[in-house]
Amino acid sequence: MRHLLLTLTLFVTALAASATAQISDAEEDRARDIGHQLRCVVCQNQSIEESEADLALDMKVIVRERVAAGDTNAEVVAYMRDRYGDYVLLKPPVQSNTYVLWFLPAGLVLFGLGWFALRSKRQSKADIVTEISDTDQALLDKLMADDT
Amino acid sequence: MKLRGLIPLFGFAALFAALAYGLTRDPRILPSELIEKPFPTFALDNLANDAVLENEIFEGRVSLVNIFGSWCVSCTVEHPQLMEISQSLDIQMVGVDWRDTRENAVRWLSENGDPYDAVIFDPDSHLIVDLGVVGAPETFIVDQNGDIRYKHVGIITPDDWKNDLHPIVESLLAVQP
Repeated sequence: MRHLLLTLTLFVTALAASATAQISDAEEDRARDIGHQLRCVVCQNQSIEESEADLALDMKVIVRERVAAGDTNAEVVAYMRDRYGDYVLLKPPVQSNTYVLWFLPAGLVLFGLGWFALRSKRQSKADIVTEISDTDQALLDKLMADDT
Repeated sequence: MKLRGLIPLFGFAALFAALAYGLTRDPRILPSELIEKPFPTFALDNLANDAVLENEIFEGRVSLVNIFGSWCVSCTVEHPQLMEISQSLDIQMVGVDWRDTRENAVRWLSENGDPYDAVIFDPDSHLIVDLGVVGAPETFIVDQNGDIRYKHVGIITPDDWKNDLHPIVESLLAVQP
């Protein structure tokens, strides 16, 4: 079944590629690279290279057309982003509305470490007893005396 | 000291609220990057294959651009609404026949009625991808200058038309020179 799927995927990709102008192997590699960065917008969680949805196939063809036309990888990705928005990017870009996503985990770890450090410092200070009360001293003296 | 113990609870409440808000947003509704921007440049055959349609068709008229296909079941549901709009308003109805064959589309339009003033034939999804379309039906409102003013994803229900699309169309018609 896996083999069948793989063959089918390769076949479909080849079809999609051959539907457009002939492109070289290097260009095909680039097109795949780009395809892996682009979300299939009707499947939500697959790249267009992995997807067999009709729209993803059409997008693959268009990626190959852009590559054949001499666009750089970044230009092709920008082309799709202009049309489908940030959503089409599988890896969210670092920008103002994704700061929480990118920096919150690290922020929480730092906050936790800071919290822990502060608490243990305060605790160890509290543990060091320099003076004891008279009653305690008396009790201690009595215990020491009893021992001998 | 008592209140400090509640900090984790507040943190949890904040996270809960943020995630609950996230659930109310439909992830299928993607923002259109094209709102307030010119309709993408295109030059495609019409459905009858006797003319090439270009952006000039938008000049001077308010247009409703509707993505459809004879294979699209939801389009059949939406169709009566489009028929009614085309009869009740003086706007240009432009269909984009997506990933279809001419025969099927012509038959579909003769069976269900043809609300369109012009039908762009786009079998290879070129205009579709330029428009950032995800699925049919989708509808764009294009103003007299050829700029996209609104995008509607999915079927236009009578309520959608009344509350969202119709007011925009009317406001655009009002500024007609």
